[in-house]
Parts: sequence; C-alpha cells; structure tokens
Amino acid sequence: MTGTRPKGALAAEARGVQGEAVSFSRLLARRFLRNRLAVGAGVFLVLLGLAALAAPLIAALLGSDPEKVNLLAIGQGPSLAHPLGTDELGRDLLLRMLYGGRVSLMVGLMAALCAAVIGTVLGLLAGYFGGRLDSLLMRLADSVIALPLLPLLIALAAIDLRELGLPDSLAQSEDVSLYRIVFLIALVGWTTVARLVRGATLSLKKREYVRAAEALGARDLRIMAVHILPNAVSPIIVATTLSVGNIILLESVLSFLGLGIQPPIPSWGNMLTGAQEVIWSNPMLAVWPGAFIFLTVIAFNLLGDGLQDALDPRSTVSRRALRTRGAAKPA
Amino acid sequence: MGRYLLRRLFESLAVLFVMSFVIYGLLGLMPGDPVEMMVQANPNLTPADIQQLREVYGIDRPIGERYLAWLGSALSGDFGYSRLFAVPVEEVLLPRLGNTLLLMGAAFVIAFGIALPAGIAAARRPWSAVDGLVNLTAFAGISVPPFWLAILLIILFSVTLGWLPAGGMGQGGFGERLLYMVLPVTTLSLAAVGSHIRFVRAAMMEALRQDHVRTARAKGLSERQVVYGHALRNAMIPVVTILALDFGTLFSGALITETMFGWLGMGKTIYDAIMGNDYNLALIGLLLATFVVLLANLLADLAYGWLDPRVTYR
Repeated sequence: MTGTRPKGALAAEARGVQGEAVSFSRLLARRFLRNRLAVGAGVFLVLLGLAALAAPLIAALLGSDPEKVNLLAIGQGPSLAHPLGTDELGRDLLLRMLYGGRVSLMVGLMAALCAAVIGTVLGLLAGYFGGRLDSLLMRLADSVIALPLLPLLIALAAIDLRELGLPDSLAQSEDVSLYRIVFLIALVGWTTVARLVRGATLSLKKREYVRAAEALGARDLRIMAVHILPNAVSPIIVATTLSVGNIILLESVLSFLGLGIQPPIPSWGNMLTGAQEVIWSNPMLAVWPGAFIFLTVIAFNLLGDGLQDALDPRSTVSRRALRTRGAAKPA
Repeated sequence: MGRYLLRRLFESLAVLFVMSFVIYGLLGLMPGDPVEMMVQANPNLTPADIQQLREVYGIDRPIGERYLAWLGSALSGDFGYSRLFAVPVEEVLLPRLGNTLLLMGAAFVIAFGIALPAGIAAARRPWSAVDGLVNLTAFAGISVPPFWLAILLIILFSVTLGWLPAGGMGQGGFGERLLYMVLPVTTLSLAAVGSHIRFVRAAMMEALRQDHVRTARAKGLSERQVVYGHALRNAMIPVVTILALDFGTLFSGALITETMFGWLGMGKTIYDAIMGNDYNLALIGLLLATFVVLLANLLADLAYGWLDPRVTYR
C-alpha cells in the first residue's frame, strides 16, 4: 500500500500551511459575508435605519409635514410631492412610514436590549450559583414561556397607569405608550437569552481557566463578568438579533389593536389601524406599513441566522462538509 | 410516572392559581370600575348613592379580600355575569372556546400538512435549492404580521375578487359556514406554517444524522424506507412535543385572526371584554386560555414519554 498515496494529499502536504494568519474577527466577517441573504438583510436594515434617521431631512426636502392633516389631499395616489401618496387624513405616506419606522425600530432595539440585559443577568446568576435560585428562575422562565402571551400582554397594556400611582402628567404624556411597550416586552422577552446564558454558564464554569481564577481568589462577580460573560457573548448576540424581529411584530400587533404606540405618534402597527377602515376605497394604504414590518422582521431574522452561522463554527463546518461532499450547491 | 404526573399537575394548578391572582389584580388596575360604569349610565346617582354602591359591591375593600371573595364564588361554580352580553360568563365562553378550537384545529392540520412534506424535503437535501426555498418560505412565514396577512387576503379575495366574505361566521348551512372559515383558517395556518417547517426540518436533519439511519442505508433499504420508516418516526418525537408547547403561540395567532375576521372565538372575546370593561368575562376568559395552554403543555410532556420509551420521568 505504500507509495500509492493520492496525489492531492501529497501536494497539499508539500505546500504546508500557506494561508496568511487571519484574525478571529476577520474570520467571522469572512464567514458572515459568504451568506448573501444575511448580508443583503444587513444592508437593507442599515439603509432603512439611515432613511428613518434622515426623516426630518426628507420632510424638509419634500416640503410636507408628517403630522399636518390636510383634508383636501386625502388618499391621493403617488406623485412627485408625495412619492407613496397620502393617507386617510391627507398626510404624506412616505414620511409617515419613515417616522413610523423610527418608532418601530427604536422600540424593537430598545426592548431587545432590555430583554437581553435582564436575560443575561438572570441566566448568569442561575447558571453560576445553581441550586434553588436556578430552579426558581428556570421555573419562572418556563411559566412565562408556557403562558398565552398576547392575551396577557393585551391585559397588561390596558391597565391605567394612574391606578399604579403614577402622576397624571406622566401617565397621560404622549411618550408613555413608548416606554410602556418597551417595558412590557422586556418583561416577557428575557426568557430565551436567560436560558442560553444559563446553559453557556453551566459549561463555562467547569473550564480550567475559571477554576484557575477561583483558585487565585477571584470573586464571583469578577469571574462572571470577566471570565464567563465574554465567552457567552455569541449566543446573546444571535438571540438578541433574532428577538428584534419578533419584538417589532409584537409591537405592531399591539399598536394595531390600539394598545401599543398611541397616535399621534406614528408606528407601522397603528398606521394599519387607520388604513383598515379605508380598505375598500384605498387598499394601498394598508399594504405599505405591513410590507415595511414584514421586510424589517424578515431582515432581522435572516441577519440573526447569518450571525449564528458565522459565530457558531460547528454549523459552518457541517455546511461546508456537506458542500464539498457534492450533495448540493450552496443555498 | 404517577408521581411525575402528580407533580406536574400540581405545578400547572399552582401556575393557574398565581395567574388568577395576577389577572385579578391587573383588571383592578384597568381604567374605570363597575360602579363608575353605573354612574355613567345613570346621571341621577348622588355621591351618597355611589358610596353605598361601592360598599354593596365591595369595591372599597382591599384587593386581597376582594380576590378571596371572588375565588370562593368561582370555585363554587359562580363565575359572574358578563357586562357586555348580560348572561353568565360561562354561557358566553364555552361556545366560543369551541369556535376557537375549530379555527385552531383546522389551521393546525393545514399548517402541519404543508410543513411535514416541506420540512422533510428540505432536510433530505440540506443547503440545496429546495432547502433554500423552503427555508426562505419558513422565514417569510414567521416574519409576516398576521393581521397584515389578514388585510391582504381580505383585499384580494373580498374587495378585489369578491369571492369570499370579509368577516363573520355565516348563519346558514354547513357550506356557507365553510365559506366563512376559508380566510381565517388560511391566515392562521400561514402564520403558523413557518415555525412548523423549521421544527420539522431541524428534527428531521437531526434524525437523519443518527447511526441507525446509516445502518438502514448500509443494509440496502430503499431511500423511502430509510426516510419514512426509520428517520421520520424518530423525528416526530420532538416535533409533537414542540408543537404542543407552541400551543400558546397558536392561541395568540388565533386572537389576532378572530379579531380581524369577526370570528366569535375566545381570543376576540378576551380582547372585546378588556376593551369593553367586561371584568368578569375578561378574567374568566384569560384564565380559561391559560388553562387550555397549560393543559396542552402537560399533554406535550406526557406524549413525549409515550412516544419515546427511553424517556424516564423523575
């Protein structure tokens, strides 16, 4: 059998390691960029975010005001002055979409961030200390997941903040619906991250470097923050990205039902409430906000999926192995 | 097994009990109370009358006391009257629970009927064109706002084509009622199909990786026998469980669908009750929804052990 080694293997052996040294972040970027769908989703989200940020600029450019009701220009079709036409109250639809996008994106990102922070802290505590605290927290997470969330969120969103003892000036202010929904979603949204971080913590705390830190006398807080958390970051990033899409969906449903973002603040969800009433005369008004929700949510989901593939080498290896086996073309 | 079942039953009851208090408290925080409603309806009431009414109805008592009083009568089978419908709460809710289960059942069958072959096809050739298409469809399914989907379907089939009714439940015979079911069931099944596909695909890929599948291939079984006889049976174990656990999500989807199409189900009733300050109805409706979802979770746990003899309950 000697002397009959495959030629390719010999050549490869002779070549040795030739590739340049690649940093971890560049490796990640390379893996991520290979996923065209995820890259497209990311580009779309960046453009959408920029457009939403530039909304006041675009308003000045078009010379229209997204909040000014113009009863003489109700339900107009697309024109130069109103690229997407006007809504049921004669406001410029494109501007409403962009301002609504500011709100929907901000709520999505803020709530996802809050939920991630709560989930990370609780997951770290549960995984690190274990015992009673762990079983209590995980029971709580199980219960929250098991409940029919939407009906309960509707009940939560319907409560009168004044009954909680908040001053009138605050309970009745315009922005309160924004903070309320971020709070509500964070309240129920922490479970996924908490479970992931708990799982990661359980395996990380048995590693040698954590034992070494313990032996050197590092305190619990330091071990969690310095040794465990940085190594649990990738599942947190993936889960948070994926949750932004879900949160935007949830926000739009609640706003649509009249329990989320309250008019006059525009959000994609509450724009559909008004549009639903004129669905027989002007169906396009209902198409645009929903299409923006749909595209944004799917973009966040694809982005999260791409990040998962890039950050979790095992999934990439199996994917590559499958490709080289010639079973199929890359998706 | 017996002890496990008992513990799980106890846990579910405990969650239900805690939720009854939480929901009771929440409803107390909603704007207005029953006496304020009466005051609005009858401007002739004097402040003294109002005070007396509050005492009669016990609204001036602390919340713990009121809750215990409510719990006592609820446990003895008295759930109170619905303000909106002026009949005992259970008479409103039970037929509507039936409507919801009909909607959810039909949507589930359709969604799973699509997801099963799609998920299997995708899992058999990972990262192929078929898989890419199925995957993208699944992503679209989980990303589409269900209420927008409902609006689009209404625009297409009711406004433009005029084929199907835009809402309601139909009064006539079976055929007519079936016609009213088409759009709600389509909406809910499309909203559910994305996650179902992802469950089936993931479970099937995992099952196809197992050694016994390789053995089945090695001993020369046809691909058909390998996939359907050996892999699918094992893949169904986690799928059944996760779908039962997903019952709460399906219920949330049903709430939106019912509200959009005026389908007289539990979800719409809960929403209407909360918006219309019908406290008794909202309270029992939310609890009934919680109960049904917890029951589905319990059944999922039991099904898991029944389907997979390797599982031991502790």
